Amino acid sequence: MSEDLLRIDDLHVSFSTRRGMVEAVRGVTLKVEAGEMLGLVGESGSGKSVTGFATTRLLDPAGRVTGGKILFRGQDVTKLRGDDLRQLQGAAMSMIFQNPRAALNPIRAIGLQIADAILTHKRISKDAARAEALELLRAVQIRDPETRMNAYPHELSGGMCQRVMIAIAISCNPALLIADEPTTGLDVTTQKVVMDLLAEIAAARGMATVLITHDLGLAARYCRRIAVMERGRIVEEASPRTLFGAPQHAYTRRLVAASPTATSGIADLVTEEEREGYAAVVSRPRQEPVHGTPPLLEVRKLAKRFDEGAAAVADFSMTMAGGESVGLVGESGSGKSTTSRMICRLIDPSEGEIVFDGQSIGHVASRDFHRSRFRKDIQMVFQDPNESLNPRFTAFDCIAHPLMRLDRMRGGDALRKRVEDCAERVGLQLDLLPRFPHQLSGGQKARVGIARAIACRPRLLVLDEPTAALDVSVQAVVLQLLDRLRRENDIALLFVSHDLNVVRMLCDRTIVLRNGGIVEQGESRALFDNPKTDYTRKLVEAIPHIETGPVLAAAL
Amino acid sequence: MMTGLGATVARAGRRLLSSLPALFGVLVFTFLLMRVLPGDPAVFFASGPNAGKEEIEQIRKQMGLDKSVPEQLVFYLSDIGRGNLGRSMMTGQPVLKDLRERLPASLELTFTALLIALIAAVPLGVVAALKPGSLVDHGVRLFCALGVCVPTFVSGLLLIYVFYYLLGLAPDPTGRIDVFTSLPPQRTGFLSIDFLLAGDIEGWWAACKQLILPALSMALFVIAPLARITRASMLVSLGSDFVRTARSVGLSWQKVVVTYALRNAILPVITIAGIVFSTMLGANVLVEKVFSWPGVASYALDALLSSDYAPVQGFVLLMAGIFVLVNLVVDICYGIADPRVSIG
Repeated sequence: MSEDLLRIDDLHVSFSTRRGMVEAVRGVTLKVEAGEMLGLVGESGSGKSVTGFATTRLLDPAGRVTGGKILFRGQDVTKLRGDDLRQLQGAAMSMIFQNPRAALNPIRAIGLQIADAILTHKRISKDAARAEALELLRAVQIRDPETRMNAYPHELSGGMCQRVMIAIAISCNPALLIADEPTTGLDVTTQKVVMDLLAEIAAARGMATVLITHDLGLAARYCRRIAVMERGRIVEEASPRTLFGAPQHAYTRRLVAASPTATSGIADLVTEEEREGYAAVVSRPRQEPVHGTPPLLEVRKLAKRFDEGAAAVADFSMTMAGGESVGLVGESGSGKSTTSRMICRLIDPSEGEIVFDGQSIGHVASRDFHRSRFRKDIQMVFQDPNESLNPRFTAFDCIAHPLMRLDRMRGGDALRKRVEDCAERVGLQLDLLPRFPHQLSGGQKARVGIARAIACRPRLLVLDEPTAALDVSVQAVVLQLLDRLRRENDIALLFVSHDLNVVRMLCDRTIVLRNGGIVEQGESRALFDNPKTDYTRKLVEAIPHIETGPVLAAAL
Repeated sequence: MMTGLGATVARAGRRLLSSLPALFGVLVFTFLLMRVLPGDPAVFFASGPNAGKEEIEQIRKQMGLDKSVPEQLVFYLSDIGRGNLGRSMMTGQPVLKDLRERLPASLELTFTALLIALIAAVPLGVVAALKPGSLVDHGVRLFCALGVCVPTFVSGLLLIYVFYYLLGLAPDPTGRIDVFTSLPPQRTGFLSIDFLLAGDIEGWWAACKQLILPALSMALFVIAPLARITRASMLVSLGSDFVRTARSVGLSWQKVVVTYALRNAILPVITIAGIVFSTMLGANVLVEKVFSWPGVASYALDALLSSDYAPVQGFVLLMAGIFVLVNLVVDICYGIADPRVSIG
């Protein structure tokens, strides 16, 4: 077919909000040829998902296409009504979503959900639809598909749910599949398996795919053509190689710089103009600890068992020196969050010892630890900056709270000065302090979370996926901030993450966890360049890097 | 499937066991409450206003009221343990027999009312949720508000005025059946069902006609909470990711709304329906009074007014038991409707 499968022409989409109409997509023009995989990349709010939803006609009731055309096989999708539209949805184009578990009906067996989609578009018996559903489960490589037919979404892992979702989406052999952040929130290894499967199925069926993602590396790995979106517009469109080798638009340059690659360091994450201030800090030599200094943190044979069943964490031992940064990586369920929570004394270990600064703190009940003098030495930064700030506290209150509780400060000028000092250290503008969390951006909220954690001048900061919910450009800034704080104030960082790229850049040493036990540990660079165990190698290989060199050219 | 059912039964059993202390607490609390309330039953049930001191004293002794409160409590508890709820001074019958005669009347009324309420409320809620902010939505809201504002005895009287006095469609509001109809052999105690079992269609129709107005006035009162919760949970359901998925593959409108959205939205409605049922059963005394319905609630009210301890205590115990039972049924329904419950 010479004609494009999908052609979007000067698309405009607006949402009616309380503050009037907001234009989310302003003039997107895009082409998708039959059978190709196109990457649509951008940060949150860039309008990439809205473009996808407008194409499949799944916009929120508040959203409306206010201009432009979406031509699918020459037919304007925006003008379709009723039955014409339903014949298109599922049969000719379909969609898979972020958060696969929520995207499946929680109280309907997955086999029935796939059969529902088949029965909508094909006049066949229920038994035949069931047989086809089973065949689809096999096609998406679900083990033991006969039993899984009767399973409910909550009984399946996130990766499995996404496969079921793919099965539903491809059930009627659509010509176009729009995948909206299909692997966000999945482990790197699961992400690779799901994406490989998706690419394979698309290739085998000649299905065109639009991959909507914030992850440049992911798009680079699977797409031949990438369109970059910013604030409702497409700013650049090119092959991955040209895009990353010679980005034209300023925004693309920033995005490419902020995306971690196999070799980049923290300093590389911003464009050259922004780099100077940070470079001054990094260049300062670090004070080597005096020989024989006892470790700041020593953990011996730590174990945690919940109620019944296998241990979540077993036989975990590690040491950390002051000012050192250690990464804790592993897939979900590997026990990394449980371990970090035991160390910062939010939950009690079942066995083992935690020694902080020469004092055993493992036996202090987590309930009472807030009274311990070590509480202010060990602080935590949580994953979701939206959820971990009290919505009724202003940024000022959030940062002041630990100061009043742990440093026994009263209100007044001294407190105000300390809070402002903390805000300055994390680069939070002072005029933002009276704002409530919902009035702050994601990056600003992350800064408030970090300012709160460092307010009492802790010596150990435990960070549980602090950048997982942030855009890459914001992540870059937050990572630089953390690294600077560590160097300036000699704060030790225990960094829990599933993002190996980030850990490699930020941490001196890395510990790899699997099923609650340590698989491998060592100096970060050596560990990632030369993994000793198969598991670590699998993790490292699963990371989608932006590769601009000959590797990709060979693959093409 | 079998394991799911087994888990549900086991959970139900655990629930039942854990409610026993609460039931015991209700028992003791009501007993003490009745003793604290002013009014001396011995005086009330003496032969007349001029009864002598000795006569009252004798009645008191006969009733066991001369003993200390703890002693009375022990006697009471041991009686309960043997399944004896005591004897009503008003009717002269054992309380158990009175309750057994009157409970079916109340249950029949409440069930019918709940059924009417659900049949009206769920579609209203769904319609309102499908077009939030529309005229229909506001209409449903207004209707619900009116239903809640107007007390049941007022709506009951209004219904009687319109359908009995003005239109003459309804029979006179005097109990479950008019005096000229011969009663069917008692099997379930629910007249409408007993008539059907006896094959007496005419009698069944007569019983239904008696039932419809009181049930309607009770239903009007509870449509509001049920419709509101249906609307709210339907809105959540319609906005959820899995409904978007259903729409993305082009499922028909009915399939999306009924199979995907409503089946998920109905879960909280089950819970609320259980609570509404228990509340209605105890609180429908006004309706029972207006329609001279021979139910347990009006029985308990009469007993309370005449300081007749045993029926009131029996009634409260019955209500507590029914409350536990209804919650159990809701729990089981929930376990069947939502596969996630039996796991957690």
